[in-house]
Amino acid sequence: MTTASAVSTLEQVLERYEPVIGLEVHGQLLTRSKMFCGCSADYIGSPPNSNTCPVCLGLPGVLPVINRVAVEYVVRTALALNCEIPEDSKFDRKNYFYPDLPKGYQISQWDMPLSRNGHLTFTVDGEEVRCGITRVHLEEDTGTLQHAGDILQQARSSVVDLNRAGVPLMEIVGEPDLRGSEQAREYLVRLRQILVYIGVNDGNLEQGSFRCDANISLRRRGETGLGAKVEVKNMNSFRAVQRALDFEIVRQGRLLDQGATIPQETRGWVEAKGATISQRSKEYAHDYRYFPEPDLPPLHLGADFVERVRAGLPELPQQLVARLQREHGLSAYDAAILSAEREDARAFEALVAAGVPAKAAANWLMGEVARLSRETRVAIQRSGLGVEGLAALITLVEGGSINGSTAKELLEELYLPGGDPAALVGERGLAQVSDQAELERLVDAAIAQNPEAVADFRGGREQALQRLVGGVMKATQGRADARAVSSLLRERLAR
Amino acid sequence: MSSDTVAGLGARLRRGETDPAELAGRARGALESIADLHPVLRYTDDLAERQARRAARMLAESPATAGPLCGIPFAYKDVLCVEGVETSAGSKILQGFIPPYTGTALGRLLDAGAVPVAVTNCDEFAMGSSNENSAYGPVGNPWDGSRVPGGSSGGSAAVVAAGAVPFSLGTDTGGSIRQPASFCGVAGFKPTYGRVSRYGLIAFASSLDQIGPFARSVDDVASVFTAIAGHDPRDSTSSPTAVEPVGEQLGKGVAGLRLGIPREYMAEGLEPGVLSAVQAAFALLEKLGATLEEVSLPSTEAALSTYYIIAPAECSANLARMDGVRFGLHIDRPSLTDTYLETRGQGFGPEVKRRIMLGTYALSSGYYDAYYRQAQKVRTLIAEEFDRAFEKVDALVCPTSPIVAFPKGAKSDPLSMYLCDVLTLPVNLAGLPGISVPCGLSEGLPVGLQVIGPRLQDARVLRVARAYEQATAWHTQTAPPRAGAGRLA
Repeated sequence: MTTASAVSTLEQVLERYEPVIGLEVHGQLLTRSKMFCGCSADYIGSPPNSNTCPVCLGLPGVLPVINRVAVEYVVRTALALNCEIPEDSKFDRKNYFYPDLPKGYQISQWDMPLSRNGHLTFTVDGEEVRCGITRVHLEEDTGTLQHAGDILQQARSSVVDLNRAGVPLMEIVGEPDLRGSEQAREYLVRLRQILVYIGVNDGNLEQGSFRCDANISLRRRGETGLGAKVEVKNMNSFRAVQRALDFEIVRQGRLLDQGATIPQETRGWVEAKGATISQRSKEYAHDYRYFPEPDLPPLHLGADFVERVRAGLPELPQQLVARLQREHGLSAYDAAILSAEREDARAFEALVAAGVPAKAAANWLMGEVARLSRETRVAIQRSGLGVEGLAALITLVEGGSINGSTAKELLEELYLPGGDPAALVGERGLAQVSDQAELERLVDAAIAQNPEAVADFRGGREQALQRLVGGVMKATQGRADARAVSSLLRERLAR
Repeated sequence: MSSDTVAGLGARLRRGETDPAELAGRARGALESIADLHPVLRYTDDLAERQARRAARMLAESPATAGPLCGIPFAYKDVLCVEGVETSAGSKILQGFIPPYTGTALGRLLDAGAVPVAVTNCDEFAMGSSNENSAYGPVGNPWDGSRVPGGSSGGSAAVVAAGAVPFSLGTDTGGSIRQPASFCGVAGFKPTYGRVSRYGLIAFASSLDQIGPFARSVDDVASVFTAIAGHDPRDSTSSPTAVEPVGEQLGKGVAGLRLGIPREYMAEGLEPGVLSAVQAAFALLEKLGATLEEVSLPSTEAALSTYYIIAPAECSANLARMDGVRFGLHIDRPSLTDTYLETRGQGFGPEVKRRIMLGTYALSSGYYDAYYRQAQKVRTLIAEEFDRAFEKVDALVCPTSPIVAFPKGAKSDPLSMYLCDVLTLPVNLAGLPGISVPCGLSEGLPVGLQVIGPRLQDARVLRVARAYEQATAWHTQTAPPRAGAGRLA
């Protein structure tokens, strides 16, 4: 058993154990200025330590001033996550020494966060998952370090950049309600989507404006207690989160099978190794000595303020999915794909508003347009063609003026430079051959030129018809409606 | 009108008998002549020159609108930041730290045309009651150079007491303006918490610190207070309430006012000379028309221990930024931890280390509830007791310090030093305004009378203090002349 369990696969571990996962997400807020000073919150690309002032450098004698927009963004987030917003809140100091923390403490929130008791619901494999949100609170980001060496403790020297120090950061603490890496991943995808929708975060995992730590423990199936939790850090993609959690499930499962206990510790995901490694054990856990920040009076949020933020909440992804189905008759699948990015849904609605049938608009956006925007890294809204041009193009197809393949070629050609599809169709004579007499002449010519195919078809070989259709398409340089040609051929050959 | 007061010098400036540069030069000379007392850590010559020119221009352009501080030389405590001038908080760890910004209170004085000439010595990070905790050596009391001037703003008190500058700025966290004012025989005022912006004040204990003036008269204190008080958007704890014009109240006297004497403040431990001086002051106030009655502040005995949990707790965090990474002392060691340990180990003095350790302990997991949380509850209780007292009386009067200036080295154990502030630190815990004015001598050394008012009633405190001052001559008494020591005027 021991030998067998040492090599248990993920599936085997999951048969015996249930993973219990809770996620902590840190999201930088898209405010203009930092949390407690007037420096820009957009620090990327500035020369080291240039985006700083006495306050975010933590010089002696300076004081923090709360960024009200950051408070509003956290409240907006909390409302989108169904949280309660207490009227009274406060900031606390979280004390620890580290060179990227200029004051020697981080201004954060301890026992009176801006919000608590929310939840996020989503579907995984047809099953609805409801993950509790313990709290959403507001704090400040740290600076960044670069080491001459792998880690600070072994580095010969390290350099500190405080451009990021003091950027508003919210922490979204999730309950340990997730039961597998797939649920964890989906939770993050949904959460990120909401944050981007409501305009508080840009959802960039790679650059770290959206970061995730995971707490994970295993318990025997059927048990309800909680095992010792391991905190996993350093995951900077959805895939990394899923892989790291799967790795931990297997690692912990094998240890438990061997009768070992799981030590409570912090582990880091090492992408290159595809493994987590121990970083800090419980004995070395920090005592952060939280206490109320004496430089900031307690925060009192009036009911008016909260209601104003609530009234200003934009449509959330789940509401949008429902509305797209209800108002435009989209399938749940199409609606979900189109609302994955708020921008796509906006493009869809603009197309529909311009008179494009909903199904056609959805198909074009999820198909050719999605491909082009991926390849060119330019969304349709910012392309030369634009949503208006796209609407004109689809209208040409829908009206029968051009066929689908002509439209695809035009889309590809006009996507970046832009242009008027209708004018181009006229100019180049791309219009679909829709003159019945002309079509009949072409069909008859094809029949006359391909006696073998005609014989085959009449002999019962359906595919032979395609050769005839192909002949007509070739003769029109693809400008005929293949379906119309096909039915005309059948009609003629049936006589 | 004394010639070495703000008011007196202002009159001479306006009569054209002197000019700001001349006054600044004379102040500098007077400060140098008392260098043996060591109240000055550094001179601000470049800044003084610039400010003197600015003040001269202001006086020339519109003598009527130039305020009472225009052209007046002053000194400020080494915990206040002015762009381009070293501020070290009396500590080795900040030696060479030159702030790239100017704090609000000092900025307002500069805008009023006041001329800073020197940075004054103080206890390291404002922690102490004798100025003996300065990393740059102790300060002597102008009344007796072998005695301490009080602390932590000892240098600021001494330079005014010696007549070298007409006013100075100090800071008061548990009595650090009022106690040295008492020891040196000058007026020293701690405004209501939040009345003067703390932006630019190197924090000791953020919820207790307050900037305030030393001067030779209450009128001068009021002029400086008026210049520096008021809301500051850079300090979220500064009060948004408009500052009540002090001038309107200042001359109203005490007739009809009810003054309370806190029973607990008159208890054992008061030196007989202090007791008799203060009792004489009470009698005089009564003669001036005030009604005096005893009031009780029962939690007073808990104030000291409450203070010595809250202040160290806050300081343990406030001083964490002194880590040798960005400014000040940096002692390079191969590892980060050793760099921290060596820099802070060598940079901080023993009293600062003691308080950082006390505070760290009081906040640590498992002790927070027993110490910090409990202290906050007692703090609330103390504030409520003051509130209740002020339902019955308009202001409180009591000694500033139970003792007069003691010889250097006399209080070697920390607890006896902490006890010096037993009558002043409850005022900080409650965030109230308090002033010390000279009220006599005990064995040739100054005694201070403390006046305490309700929150934001700074003007009332100044009014009571001025009424007393105007009826006595104590504030005109100066330290005995010392060989070679010059005065500004």
